[in-house]
Amino acid sequence: MSAIEDLYREIILDHYSSPRNRGELPAPALKIEGANPLCGDELVLYIEEKDGQIKQVKINTKGCSISQASASLMTEAIVGKKIEEIQKIIENFKDMMLKDGSFTPTVDLGDLEVLEGVKKYPVRIKCALLAWNTLIEGLKALQNHKKPEPVVME
Amino acid sequence: MLNVQKIREDFPILNQKIHDKPLAYLDNGSTSQKPKVVIDAITNYYNWYNSNIHRGIHTLSEKATEAYENVRKIVADFIKAPDPEEIIFTRNATEAVNLVAYAWGRKNISTGDEILLTEMEHHSNLIPWQILAKEKKAVLRFIPITQNFTLDLDKIEDLITSKTKLVAVTQMSNVLGTINPVKKIAGLAHKAKALFLIDGAQGVPHSGIDVANVNCDFLAFTAHKMLGPTGVGVLYGKKKLLEEMDPFIAGGSMILEVWQDRATWNKVPYKYEAGTPNIADVIAFGEAIKYLQNIGMENVRNHEKELTAYALKKLCETEDLTIYGPKNPELQGGIISFNFSAKGGSDSVGIDIHPHDVGTIVDQEGVAIRAGHHCCQPLMRKLGIPGTARASFYIYNTKEEIDQLTFALGKVKEVFARL
Repeated sequence: MSAIEDLYREIILDHYSSPRNRGELPAPALKIEGANPLCGDELVLYIEEKDGQIKQVKINTKGCSISQASASLMTEAIVGKKIEEIQKIIENFKDMMLKDGSFTPTVDLGDLEVLEGVKKYPVRIKCALLAWNTLIEGLKALQNHKKPEPVVME
Repeated sequence: MLNVQKIREDFPILNQKIHDKPLAYLDNGSTSQKPKVVIDAITNYYNWYNSNIHRGIHTLSEKATEAYENVRKIVADFIKAPDPEEIIFTRNATEAVNLVAYAWGRKNISTGDEILLTEMEHHSNLIPWQILAKEKKAVLRFIPITQNFTLDLDKIEDLITSKTKLVAVTQMSNVLGTINPVKKIAGLAHKAKALFLIDGAQGVPHSGIDVANVNCDFLAFTAHKMLGPTGVGVLYGKKKLLEEMDPFIAGGSMILEVWQDRATWNKVPYKYEAGTPNIADVIAFGEAIKYLQNIGMENVRNHEKELTAYALKKLCETEDLTIYGPKNPELQGGIISFNFSAKGGSDSVGIDIHPHDVGTIVDQEGVAIRAGHHCCQPLMRKLGIPGTARASFYIYNTKEEIDQLTFALGKVKEVFARL
């Protein structure tokens, strides 16, 4: 597989052209915005939580294939899961994207592993992280019962 | 005709491979490459006569001062400014526009006054005026663009009123490549007794300018887009205006006499050059201008016209590609913005390929282009797109490199054809 095919895996292209869980959720679902002003990527994430479990997730994204696919894959990976499980997925995903050297996940990342190819393109890593950083802030807001602040990537 | 192969030998950076492919540097709208004479001028200064200017009595300081001040003359000659003292060195074109917005704007703009810009301005010729307008309760107006991506000249006369105090227009759009009729707009501005500022960041490097003939009041441009180093910009201003304005940045060098509670200002241009300037890079900028003058700006423009015509033809032949620009090399400098869409998905509706994805894939083929909003977010919003991919040319570019670009765009299609 060439480096470029490794970056643009079919799963990524599929999630880009047919994003999952697209849309909005009505209040009282949590609503949080994320942006990557340098490249113009934007998203709005909606999370519906009950008893520590994520019942529904919706997301609206604008941006490149990597940021959109990452957001779409993320929604699939977290919907229906307990927040503690999601924290582990987040931790593993960020390690996969940001740590040097080979990576062994401690939880099953499933399709999310296709995003590891982005690592070879340092300028694109933040495209893949936008949805995840927004999710992290969203979960914090849920746990603290606070209104979330928009996430702005540097 | 330029001897491009010979020119390329002067640019060491061009002779390298990126991802095992020869580098095709098509991002000159962002910054140009530097010929060896420019790079050497910097090391030569630091190796042999580094010293502060306008201060020392010693030999090195005299030498540095003379070299620095000589570039003022070179710049004045290059843009046909009547007097070298009308040339102020800044950090970049952005700082030059800010200088006018602060030093002229704060003194001359008041409630209800109007500043006329265009819909295709770079943020650097927009935000300084937004801040000024907010502070002074002035109004910003915008000359719209036509469907052909040129300025709608019919609308200009309605937009310039007795309230208009300044018209500020780019000489050439950094997104669309559109070359604007600045001389004509200068005439209309002056008829309404408004001043006229040109953002020459893109225009000056590629077609030069004759400020006396165009009759602009201010011109801002930057060295790094015209073979010079980063960190040097130029503000040209008519002497009388520069003399009437107050300082922008204050400190050393810009004063005449200082007491504990007051000071008097040095004469123009020193009044606007506070602190130790970027001596080495200004000196190297002089070499860049001499390099361009040796080639001749008419030859530069003609070479780019030929490349632009060739690239437009090739890109227009490329399927699913949209060009944002006049698509006419007479009206368009060496900048071509475009977006790509891919057929695919089960319903074959096709989706837009984001410019960043285009940028990443063509980079794998050794082609450097810019992708994004190009610091023109209001224009992107008007066009209804997140950004564009942009190829931009200069004296050392060849038709083969444009072929390399179109080949690389084929790779983009291949990747997204797997949808």
